[in-house]
Amino acid sequence: MGEELKVIVFALSTEEYGIEVDKVRTIERMMPITRVPKTVDFIKGVINLRGVVIPVIDLRGRFGLGETEATENSRIIIVAVNNLEVGFIVDAANDVIDIDSDTIDTPPEVVGGIKAKYLRGVAKLGEGRLLVMLNLSEVLNKSEIIRLEHLEE
Amino acid sequence: MDMNAYLSMFIDESNDHLQSLNENLLRLENEPEDLSIVQVIFRSAHTLKGMSATMGFEDLASLTHEMENVLDLVRNSKLKMDSFIFDTLFKSLDALEAMVQDIVGGGTGKADVSAIVQSLQAIVKGDYGKPEAQATSGGSEASGGGMALDEFQTSIMQQSMDSGHNVYHIAVTVREDCVLKAARAYMVFDVLERNGEVIKSDPSVEQLEQEKFDREFVVFYISQLPADSLKQQIETVSEIDMAAVTLLDAESLSMLAKPSVPEAPPAVQDAERTQEAEGQIAAARAQTASSATAAPPAVSRTIRVDIERLDTLMNLFSELLIDRVRLEQLAGEIRRNDLIETVEHMARVSGDLQNIVLKLRMVPVDSVFNRFPRMVRDLAKSLDKKIDLVIAGADTELDRTVIDEIGDPLVHLIRNSLDHGVEQVADRLAAGKPEVGTVHLRAYHSGNHVFIEIEDDGKGINRDTVLKIAIKNGVISADQAESLSNEEVYMLLFAPGFSTADKISDISGRGVGLDVVKSKISSLGGHVSVNSTLGKGTTFSIQLPLTLSIISAMLIKLGSEKYAIPLSSIVETAIIKRDVIRNIHGNRMIEFRGAIIPILSLSTILQSPDFSEEQEEESEVVIIRKGDKWAAVVVDDFIGQSEIVLKSLGGYLTGIEAVSGATILGDGQVALIIDPNALIK
Repeated sequence: MGEELKVIVFALSTEEYGIEVDKVRTIERMMPITRVPKTVDFIKGVINLRGVVIPVIDLRGRFGLGETEATENSRIIIVAVNNLEVGFIVDAANDVIDIDSDTIDTPPEVVGGIKAKYLRGVAKLGEGRLLVMLNLSEVLNKSEIIRLEHLEE
Repeated sequence: MDMNAYLSMFIDESNDHLQSLNENLLRLENEPEDLSIVQVIFRSAHTLKGMSATMGFEDLASLTHEMENVLDLVRNSKLKMDSFIFDTLFKSLDALEAMVQDIVGGGTGKADVSAIVQSLQAIVKGDYGKPEAQATSGGSEASGGGMALDEFQTSIMQQSMDSGHNVYHIAVTVREDCVLKAARAYMVFDVLERNGEVIKSDPSVEQLEQEKFDREFVVFYISQLPADSLKQQIETVSEIDMAAVTLLDAESLSMLAKPSVPEAPPAVQDAERTQEAEGQIAAARAQTASSATAAPPAVSRTIRVDIERLDTLMNLFSELLIDRVRLEQLAGEIRRNDLIETVEHMARVSGDLQNIVLKLRMVPVDSVFNRFPRMVRDLAKSLDKKIDLVIAGADTELDRTVIDEIGDPLVHLIRNSLDHGVEQVADRLAAGKPEVGTVHLRAYHSGNHVFIEIEDDGKGINRDTVLKIAIKNGVISADQAESLSNEEVYMLLFAPGFSTADKISDISGRGVGLDVVKSKISSLGGHVSVNSTLGKGTTFSIQLPLTLSIISAMLIKLGSEKYAIPLSSIVETAIIKRDVIRNIHGNRMIEFRGAIIPILSLSTILQSPDFSEEQEEESEVVIIRKGDKWAAVVVDDFIGQSEIVLKSLGGYLTGIEAVSGATILGDGQVALIIDPNALIK
């Protein structure tokens, strides 16, 4: 038995993803987002979270999965990593589960269209259910964004 | 007694004393004959010694004690100051500062100061230069255990006695059935602290706190109160059996001072002691005399407040302000007179409150400037240059957040001026300049900004040298170089990876400096500019906002979006007709108040999704200014003026063009704040 991990489970298109609970500040319903000009497309803007201004990223856009309109189920997950607070727009967030860190395997090259370097691993939940664990510091890597910006220019 | 409660006070006051020691030593270095300065230094050192002994920082106390010995000789004209003494004293100050810093960081304030102590003792003996002749007294006297008073405590008590205070030996006995001995001891200390000063307690305060004592504890105590009222006050603390208060005189004190010394050679001892006592008394007299002549110390009407509390206050106030704006909006919609009146009154009160809250956070720049005289002295010595630092406007006030951040950039600019600006003595004389270079450091208010200038009378910036290096380091191309104005060339100094120093010195010139300075100042919402005359000198000018937290702004609409433009850079607003817009060299300009100024389209700059002024016959414009440059910014509509609370966009969104931050509007929405300085190129 390895370490027990508490994980927030959220959905992006057909896959299920996980973020450790201790990195998640809160989960919010969709709220008005103020556009910030001259940023990459997946940065949707900033929100007012109880007096604090927090940038919001569309995770679908971040992983190049093709953005969709927000639905009733869409949520903003506020994460705090490396002194950065950022909100992720996800299709749904509805579960907290315990997983055993031993069940996390190294990820294959590409999972659901997401490159391996953004992933911490894949956890098997039984009944063929797979949970993709995100590598948050890589997802929020800014030098990566700068390169993306240059590509767009 | 909770030492922690006193620790922050101790740290604050130690820093004050260290600062004053530093300043006065520098003054003394310029006027070595002025003994009144020595008196001031002596007093600071003395207070510091007493404080650190009380707090149990023995190393601090022993070092200050040695300094005091040296200063004592100086002020009694038995010793002439020379550069060795100054250097040793400055070194001691550095060591003291390091110890205090250690205490700030939660350490014990212990440090090996034996080398400095030895030099100080050598100075006292008059045989410095021969460091092998050294005494070992240093820390050893503190080891006399039991009730023995160490010499700092003795001298404090002696001097208090001489200045007319009563010194008591108080033995307090708690009742046998007392349950909370530590609490009772604390209450006794509380009573004592209210009326005087506890010099020493046995068992120590820590032991008392941990109830590591039997039924009795003894304190040495200085107070103005008579013995019986003291006794009565202590005995009113419940569960205290009795308090034996004994008034001490000089004789009994000196007996207590060295009880462990056997009385074998009493005559010699006595003689020595009397001499010592006389010396002390003379010293004390000198001290009281001088403090009598000095201006009576103004009764301080200030309190020290934890910075965190101020920040909390500020945050709470920001929240309140957002609600206030919301209320004003609602009252405007509901249109009930008594509601509008109440909201207006509240707005006035909160306006006043805002002024006060902002003022609370204002700190004189002196708290940054005061370290520079010392730094310039040391640097000038190590560079072998002669430099005078002239400070003006040190009482100019700035927001604490700015003060905290501005220190490093200033250090860098001053180092830069000293290293690259002011020339060596020989070069200065050859250029017909006075031998001593002058660096002016001045601060002043202007409008909503504070300016800090660093001006040297050195060799100035050589345009060609700068261009050559910039081209070599790939900062600009040779073609670009031709068309640059002098000012633009000087700004190249702030480009990343630029360094004009031919040799890399440890003062500056690593080429990582000035660009960091610029980005730091920009992050504070300020600007830096350079002016220079070859051969005459260089001036660096930093413009900083008065406050970083609440500003007045003009809210504007751009289609469905709202933005804020800081009022400080708005000249006025206007409505212009389409046909007054002219096309000059492909740039759209208008004539405004006799000048031709460019028109900027905010909707284009911000890539507005749902507004464009293309089809408008009349456009609303905001005239903004940056220095003496003006521009007209076309917007969709004006909303109005409002006090806004600045919020950062967070670490993830940095370097967004034309946006300096965000604010939360009355309706809870986030509005971005336009940076007008980025709009005017």
